Amino acid sequence: MAATQVTEVAPRRRRIPPVVWLIAPSVLFMAALMGWPTISGLIQAFKTGDGFGFDNFARMAADPFFWPAVRNTLLLIVILIPVQFALALGMALLLRAKPKLSGLYFYIWAIPLAVSDLAAGLVWLSIFTDHGYLNSFLSHLGIDGVNWLSYDSNTSMFFAVFIAELWRATSLVLVIVVAGMQGIPKDYDEAAQVFGASYWQRLRHVTLPLLRPSLQVALILRTILAFQTFAVAQALTGRDFPVLVGETYNWYVALRNPSVASALALVILAISMITAIVYLRALRDPSDKGGKR
Amino acid sequence: MTTSDTAATPTRGNSAALRAHRWRRFGVQVACLAVTAFMAIPIYLIAVAAFSSRDALNEFPRALWPSDLSWDTMGTFVSSTGILPAFGNSLIVGVNTLVWSLLVGAPAGYALARYAFRGREPYQLFLLFTRALPIVVLSVPMAQLFLSTGVYDTTTGVTLLHTALALPTTVLITAAVFVAVPRDVEEAAQIFGCSPFSAFVRVVLPLALPGVSAASIFTFVLSWNEVLGAAVLTLNRRTLPGQVLSTLQYSPEAYRFAGGFALIVPAIIFIALMRKYLLNMWGTTLR
Repeated sequence: MAATQVTEVAPRRRRIPPVVWLIAPSVLFMAALMGWPTISGLIQAFKTGDGFGFDNFARMAADPFFWPAVRNTLLLIVILIPVQFALALGMALLLRAKPKLSGLYFYIWAIPLAVSDLAAGLVWLSIFTDHGYLNSFLSHLGIDGVNWLSYDSNTSMFFAVFIAELWRATSLVLVIVVAGMQGIPKDYDEAAQVFGASYWQRLRHVTLPLLRPSLQVALILRTILAFQTFAVAQALTGRDFPVLVGETYNWYVALRNPSVASALALVILAISMITAIVYLRALRDPSDKGGKR
Repeated sequence: MTTSDTAATPTRGNSAALRAHRWRRFGVQVACLAVTAFMAIPIYLIAVAAFSSRDALNEFPRALWPSDLSWDTMGTFVSSTGILPAFGNSLIVGVNTLVWSLLVGAPAGYALARYAFRGREPYQLFLLFTRALPIVVLSVPMAQLFLSTGVYDTTTGVTLLHTALALPTTVLITAAVFVAVPRDVEEAAQIFGCSPFSAFVRVVLPLALPGVSAASIFTFVLSWNEVLGAAVLTLNRRTLPGQVLSTLQYSPEAYRFAGGFALIVPAIIFIALMRKYLLNMWGTTLR
């Protein structure tokens, strides 16, 4: 018994492999600054005056802003993401056609990648306010403007937030898709062309299947980030167009109630995780499990 | 008859094909310009708004081109309370985040690139998972923790949050960078008498520097842009986005436009600086 213990300990004491020294700081750092807050947030969300329960969640759900926030967040994601992916794919295909100035185009199309959601919201605020550039433009054309950000018009507020998000976040998808396209050997496309496949056929049967891994990553990343949309809506509409993260911010900063804020944060975490898992399942490579399509 | 036919069709076919090709190129160019307009016009308009005088901003319909240029709007924004210190805080937090995430993350990236070790796969999964953690989930409990430890409302607190957010990406990007540095040169240096450490410093680091600096710009951008956590973790020592966000409700339109423009200028510069690395970074790190 003692002998086996010695043989177990001795080699470890002789030399700690360099990998451990290289990896350990990052693991410790993340455990302390990500693991710990997650756990303590979990505890705080369920903690009530006496023991644990769902009081905070009940209070969260009773808030008149909660369900509109859920609806707005989900609606934004369901409508935004397909449009965004179609646009990004179109943009990437345009760049692949190698037009003149494509370098400049790529630069301009990538700028929003480094624009914060707050800045994007403010930029589009200058366009969508009552006396903003859109209404000015319409008025130059002789058309009466629309009160885009009016609190009682959910549709036009949604439209404004939608356009701002489309503008800000399409670049991320674009860059991932372009990077993915560069990884596809030209031969496949040329071979399909030799056999007489049309442009759409090649796109549908050659390019898109090969882009699958990139699209999958972009989809997961983009959806998780879309759940965090907050400052765009905040800058454009204040609290008139509530979204989930905005409500969390509000509960914490304005209402000073960290417990309900933690409960909301957990809801966001849960939805993000569920979506990511659903995506991973749904987008699993069909070659793994027979052609499902 | 048949000969003239066969002689004529190819040329006719060719010119038709050529014409179709030209039309296609034209169509691509038009589509590119349309997308560019969508991407660039908002930036142009916020610049016009930020450099218009207050009178020009109150006019309706507002001019769509710079008609009445003035520094007033930007000047008022820059000199309003809290903006300059917030700018300084943003710089401090950004640079500190960059340094910390490189110090903690680059060694791990190097390990991922050079060693096959047990737990490599779980470690990578762990990184991907942490990347999916929403910022709100972290910042609210972190604020509680910082309040009790006295780190609340300091640039250190925000730096810690931003480093945690940037770390997974830093590890993955630096791993991609180190993979691209051939192992042979490092081994050759060791054969010629370098210690592993000096081989790293003298040979690997210079080769990896461009990629590592792209990674650091990316980290800086992340920290510069992060709004929510910075606003939750501070009260007085706000970063620039935090300051703009917290005063948003009470501020006039001119202030908001100037703030939007001030936040966008760095983005234009950052993307110009790392244009070359964008595709490499996102292409390799995300797979």
